[in-house]
Formats: sequence, C-alpha cells, structure tokens
Amino acid sequence: MDANVKRNIILDNYQNPSNKGLPDSNDKSYTKVNSRNESCIDNIDVAAKINNEKLEDIKFDGEACAICTSCTSVMTKQFKGKTLEEAKEIVTNFENMINEQPYNPEILGEFNIYDEIYKQPSRKKCALLPIEAIKKIIQNDNNRS
Amino acid sequence: MNTEDFDILKTGIDYLDNAATTMKPKSVIKAVTDYYKEYTSNIHRGDYNNSIRADKEYETTREKIREFINAQSKEEIIYTNGTTNGLNIVVFGFMQHYLKPGDEVIIDQAEHASNSLPWIVLSKKIGFKLVFAPLDKDYKLTVESIKNCITPNTKVISIAHITNTIGDTRDINNIGKLCKENNILFVVDAAQSIAHTKIDVQEDNINFLAFSGHKMYGPTGTGILYGKKFLLEKIQPIEYGGDMNTEFSSTGDYSLKELPTRLEAGTRNIAGVIGLGAAIDYINSIGLEKIHNYEISLHQYLLEQMKQIPNIKIYNPSTQGTIVLFNVDKYFSQDVAIYLNQLNICIRAGNHCAKMLHEVIQDNSTCRISLSFYNTKEDIDKVVEALRNQDKILDTLV
Ligand SMILES: Cc1ncc(COP(=O)(O)O)c(C=O)c1O
Repeated sequence: MDANVKRNIILDNYQNPSNKGLPDSNDKSYTKVNSRNESCIDNIDVAAKINNEKLEDIKFDGEACAICTSCTSVMTKQFKGKTLEEAKEIVTNFENMINEQPYNPEILGEFNIYDEIYKQPSRKKCALLPIEAIKKIIQNDNNRS
Repeated sequence: MNTEDFDILKTGIDYLDNAATTMKPKSVIKAVTDYYKEYTSNIHRGDYNNSIRADKEYETTREKIREFINAQSKEEIIYTNGTTNGLNIVVFGFMQHYLKPGDEVIIDQAEHASNSLPWIVLSKKIGFKLVFAPLDKDYKLTVESIKNCITPNTKVISIAHITNTIGDTRDINNIGKLCKENNILFVVDAAQSIAHTKIDVQEDNINFLAFSGHKMYGPTGTGILYGKKFLLEKIQPIEYGGDMNTEFSSTGDYSLKELPTRLEAGTRNIAGVIGLGAAIDYINSIGLEKIHNYEISLHQYLLEQMKQIPNIKIYNPSTQGTIVLFNVDKYFSQDVAIYLNQLNICIRAGNHCAKMLHEVIQDNSTCRISLSFYNTKEDIDKVVEALRNQDKILDTLV
C-alpha cells in the first residue's frame, strides 16, 4: 500500500475516530478494560459487548498518540460483528505482523496500514495497546463461561 | 556557551530536555573515572592511601555544597540518591513523627510527584490536611496565594522553587519570611532551580532543601538533603545499617552516630559524590549568575520565536526561566516528540510527573522544551524550524 494512502487512513482514524465514547457506566452488558503503556503516555479504555460468542459492539475512549488512537479506532471497526474465534485469529495475525512473523494479510483488512510499523520499534507498543485490551476482554469472557 | 566542554553535544543531538537531566562536562566524567581507575576504595574504614584519598574527596564535596547553598555547617548536608529520596526522608523520617491530625500542610497542584505523593500518602496515614494553594491565571504560584492559605494550623509549606512544567520561579525569599513569622516549616524542592539560580538557605529561611546531582551536571544517583541542624537531629532514619551506628548488641541496645553520618547508612555512591564535587567546581568556574543571565536571554529568544509559529499553544508564555510548555494543534504531544527525534532533537512529551497539573491546565499531556547554558541559538533555530514544518509530523507516522 502506498505510504500516502496509509498515512491518510491513519490520520482520518486519529482525527475522527470511530466508536469513540464509552457506553453508560451503568450498562452492565459491556466488559470494560483499561490498557496503558508503562513507558509512554497512551492510555485507553475499551468496552465490548459479547453475546453468543460474538463481539456485538466495541467502543473506546482515552488519550493516546496517532498510532494508538487510530489503531484502536480501526480495531473497533474490524472486530465488530466477529465471533470470538475469528477475533482471536485476527489478533494472532496482527501480532505476527507487528513482530515481523509470518502472517496472513487477507484477514487483517484495514489493519494492513500498520504493516511497516516494525521499522519504528518505539511505535510497536502503541499499535499493540488496543490489541492487549481486546485480548483481556476475550480472556475475561473465557473465564466467565 | 561552553558547549565544547560536553563531548556528547558533538554527537549532533539538539538536547532540549534539560529539566529531565543535564549532560555531564568532561571534568565530571574525569573525576568519576579517576576514582574508578586510580583510587577505588571504600570510605570511613580504610587505613591505606586510596581510602584516605576517597574519604577526603567525598568530604570535600560536602564542603563545596555547603558553600554553594550557604548552609551553616557541613553536618547540615546529607548525601542522598536524589530529590525524591531527600523529600521522602523529610516526609517519612521527620514529618511522620511531627505532624498530628488537624495540622495543615500547604503544597500546590503544579508539584512534581516527589513533592506531592509522599504528602498524600502520609496525610492519609496521619489525617493532617493537605491544602493546595491555588495557582494564578498563568498557573504560577504567588506569595499572596500562599498567604491566603495560612491558618493557625499550618505547620508546613512544601513547594518547588521552580516547577518542571510551568517553570515559574517562586519567591522563596518572601515565602520563607512568611514561614518564619508564622512558625511554619519551609520545605523547598530545588530539583529544577539548583543549577540555574542562586539559593541561600539562611537568607531564604529554608528548613529543608532537596535536590538532585544529575540535574546540575553531576552523576545520576546523587543528591543532597539540606536541613537545619536541630531538625536533622530529630529525623528518625528510614535506613539503618553500617557506618551510621556507634554500637549495637544482641540485647537490643544501640546508638547512632552524629550528623551527617547518622543519615547515611551503608556504602554510599562514592564515585557519584566525587563527580558531584566536580560539577559544583564546574558551575562555579563559569558562575551561576552568568549561567542564569545567559539562559534567561536564550529562553526569551526561544519564546519569541515560538510565539510566531502558527498552531502552537504555549501554556507558560509569561514565564521567565528555561522551560516552554506547549502543544501543537491537532497533534498528540508524543507524536510531536517522535517527529522531533527523527531530526535528532530531544524534547519531552507527557505529563512530566506532575499529574495534578492537568486538573488546572485542562490538558493531560504536553510537550516541553527545557534549556541549559550549553544550548545555542542554532539549537533553538533548529527546533523552531522543525515546528514550523509541522505538516511533516504526519510523515513520521508510517
Ligand atoms: C521539580 C522536581 N522535583 C523533583 C524531581 C525528582 O527528581 P529525581 O527524579 O532526581 O529524584 C524532579 C525531577 O524531574 C523535578 O523536576
């Protein structure tokens, strides 16, 4: 993908993120987790509603850099409507892409804009932060059922 | 000025994060390596030449520090490993035994974590009241604001001389007078001021003063706690061990040494202290006043240039000092710092350990440029040029 195209998608998701704003804190149908980096200032909350092994809705809020914010926005779109199994598959492939391991770009959709982030080691953790959050949510759900 | 004294500056970095830590001049590095190469030994316990030499250098630094801040005696100078360590000794070694429920301690929302979190923790434990003196519209702390907070229950005022965010210089001389008149203990965090402006602990009526060696061109892991002698004597050490005791036995009896050793348990950072002595010599060789005046004019230049760049919000445009705190519209602070890093320009992004400040300035994270005398106009031109080309921040995203 052309660098300019990638940049524009990142910028668009950064400046006009999708699914930003958490559900009402009284709404118990969502599982909420906080995810932050030890070494930098990215700090996001992700909330997901899981029904019948399916990610029915995902929202987020927080303050983070362009990579982290845009990647969280992309994540909410990519994962919405996916089954937990499908989500796990995407998570694994996304992590492999960031960590320069073999992966399948076909299932990563818009996430492919981060395929060169590995060149900036300090940015890798920014892209992985939302993924950490969704992993925690899936894990919580596993523990419950 | 004096850029040539710093080898690291020849590597091409534009170092503008001096509030985080400062570079070390050749003379400091030499003093440390000389100790390691020529006379490594422990202090206070050797009868051989190298130990005697280390002992002498170690204690000479104490006298240099005493003179630098005009303390009355060398016993009032305690070696610590930094400002944080010094302030924690004050809070948990002294205040814990001094403050009672109902007492009041005044701090403010611009304080660094090391001069706020210990107070918050102790106040929860003891039940004294932590009072936050309001900052003015420019986020500065004035004498008036503190004066208005003083009540008959006020026991302590603990503030930074210069903060690491807004960077305003507090009028410690007049605040010190207020403290004296009202029988209040005055604790000063000098981490950001010690290398930039003169402090006279007697003239300013300071009861406890803490600072770090690494922010004054000295080694990391060094610091000083100054306290008036009668107060230091009341500190219950938070560390017990070798060197600081005179005797102890299995019956449970023990006695401790006199100041300052009483508060310096275990093997200290000998190399660091010797390096710190060289740092004081270095500052004195240029002159603190000359450093101060140069930095003020450089800062003025930076501020004027920055004010002309579009889409930049400066949080402390009326502050004299070494710090400019800002954000570039539409960009997260860290994205700006990462962009500047690609141009070899070092600045800091984040909350700068002053996590209460955002309650006042409404922004959680900011960019900070902080200067030192070895910075030049060219350094400033470079960062200003980079910030003018802010569209390029995007290029660093992928
Ligand atoms: C105002 C202020 N106080 C205290 C500290 C803590 O210093 P240290 O980390 O050296 O203990 C700092 C360091 O950033 C500071 O800027």
